[in-house]
Amino acid sequence: MTRARAVFARELRAYFDSPIAYVFLVAFAGAALFTFFNVESFFARGVADLRGLFDPLPFLLILLVPAITMRLWSEEQKQGTLEVLLTLPVQDHELVLGKFLASWALLAAGLALTLVLAISVGLVGRLDWGPVIGGYLGALLLGAAYLAAGQFLSALTENQILAFILALVVCLALYGLGTETFAGLFSDRTAALLRAVGTGSRFESIARGVIDLRDLAYYASLTLFFLAACVFAVRTRRWT
Amino acid sequence: MIELRDIEKSYGETRALKGISFSIARGEVVGLLGPNGAGKTTAIKIIVGYLLPSAGSATVAGLDVVEHPLAVQERIGYLPENAPLYHDMLVQDYLGFMADMRGLELDRRRTRLSAVVEACGIGGVLTRPIGQLSKGYRQRVGFATALLHDPEILVLDEPTTGLDPNQIIEVRSLIRRLGKTKTVILSTHILSEVEATCDRAVILIDGRVRADDTLAGLTRSRAQVVTLATPDLESARQALAALPGVSGVEVLRGPDGFHTLRLALATDDAIGERVADLAQRRGWKLRELRRDDRSLEQVFRELTTSVVGAVA
Repeated sequence: MTRARAVFARELRAYFDSPIAYVFLVAFAGAALFTFFNVESFFARGVADLRGLFDPLPFLLILLVPAITMRLWSEEQKQGTLEVLLTLPVQDHELVLGKFLASWALLAAGLALTLVLAISVGLVGRLDWGPVIGGYLGALLLGAAYLAAGQFLSALTENQILAFILALVVCLALYGLGTETFAGLFSDRTAALLRAVGTGSRFESIARGVIDLRDLAYYASLTLFFLAACVFAVRTRRWT
Repeated sequence: MIELRDIEKSYGETRALKGISFSIARGEVVGLLGPNGAGKTTAIKIIVGYLLPSAGSATVAGLDVVEHPLAVQERIGYLPENAPLYHDMLVQDYLGFMADMRGLELDRRRTRLSAVVEACGIGGVLTRPIGQLSKGYRQRVGFATALLHDPEILVLDEPTTGLDPNQIIEVRSLIRRLGKTKTVILSTHILSEVEATCDRAVILIDGRVRADDTLAGLTRSRAQVVTLATPDLESARQALAALPGVSGVEVLRGPDGFHTLRLALATDDAIGERVADLAQRRGWKLRELRRDDRSLEQVFRELTTSVVGAVA
């Protein structure tokens, strides 16, 4: 695992050595603040909660996660460093894990910036911390699933723009499956299945403060599925 | 040390390697020579475990590259074509990262890092971003990382492409220096590179091994050229043709009283002494007596054009 740690450290440095990390953090915090105060009108509602932060969060993640995952493998392929990485005595899963953890750390940093909101609301009113903790946990888990999907899609192409668009589409589709607008089009049994597969429906319940082990297991398995797919995608490059 | 047996590799419909076999002994410096698109890079990528062969087997230090890729990669230092590097990293950070990836720790990490910085002459650029370095320096950084774990085997894919003449000379002397203690395989389409650095050349053309020999063996041809003066050319010709080992005599030209004859030989044995003895006994005036060796360029031309001819 020392190799996964080396990859993690390098990837995290790469984020902060380039403008990506800063643009991501500013965009993430900025968008969170904007929706919190303007779209969800925190002051007009007059309730001391963070629903204004968490309700639009899945969309924010769908938009911003692909921006931090698109380079993970595409860039390596484009500049030829993939060949250097894959000819080192390293297991493919160590590379995937290191990259995943680096992107997750960046996302966590973005979420940490919004803690300012939680603390401020906690100071001005009586904030129920249950849903807040649930919301952050849900955001980390939902984010992990999207990051894993994004990384996998980045391994499929050397074109970063394409990797971005693919990740956006896949994350949006995963979210959309479970929404009432989409699931409602189908019969009850199919709708139940769609809600079970979709990422959005579960996020809502976690953000209400209901932490169900099944929801956690769902996000963990979705993340693991995409990470495994990514290991597979990297490995199959050797066969081509 | 490295052994390829009937290796084939196809990319979709294209057959890049059509069954190549060769082996490299410990301590040898071998050039993989061939025109662009002959399959050199593919063969190299199979040896280092980056690509899997479609058929055949490859072993490095007795280990199968498909079954034990990590153990093979531990033993190899690899410099890919154009030395791909992370352009936004500082040289020292990149070296540190590669040392971590190689699992070097503590004292060994420190001594190896300073050893490769010294060997590759990159002490002056350690704090610069790789993207700002000249091509020559990038190549050196690539070399440094390939040498980091002090591998037994060095695999270099076109190590001098894009370098200026001075840098080429430096890289070649580096390869020669490393070749004293390591097994080296390098690919190139530059013939003088092989002449300057290698003991042996494997010539790859159109996915097949067309020649595999020492440089002397490749350039040696079975012919002896004799230039002499004699009043009776015909009897001289017959006497030379009667020498053991000579299978034919051809009179090339005879300007100023001297005649140049080309003797085709049946074997690789030297016959210079016998010709000299004969000349002395017969009283010929001998001006020139040499082996009619070809240059590596000629060998290469002959091999490549014969294939092109066969295709056309």
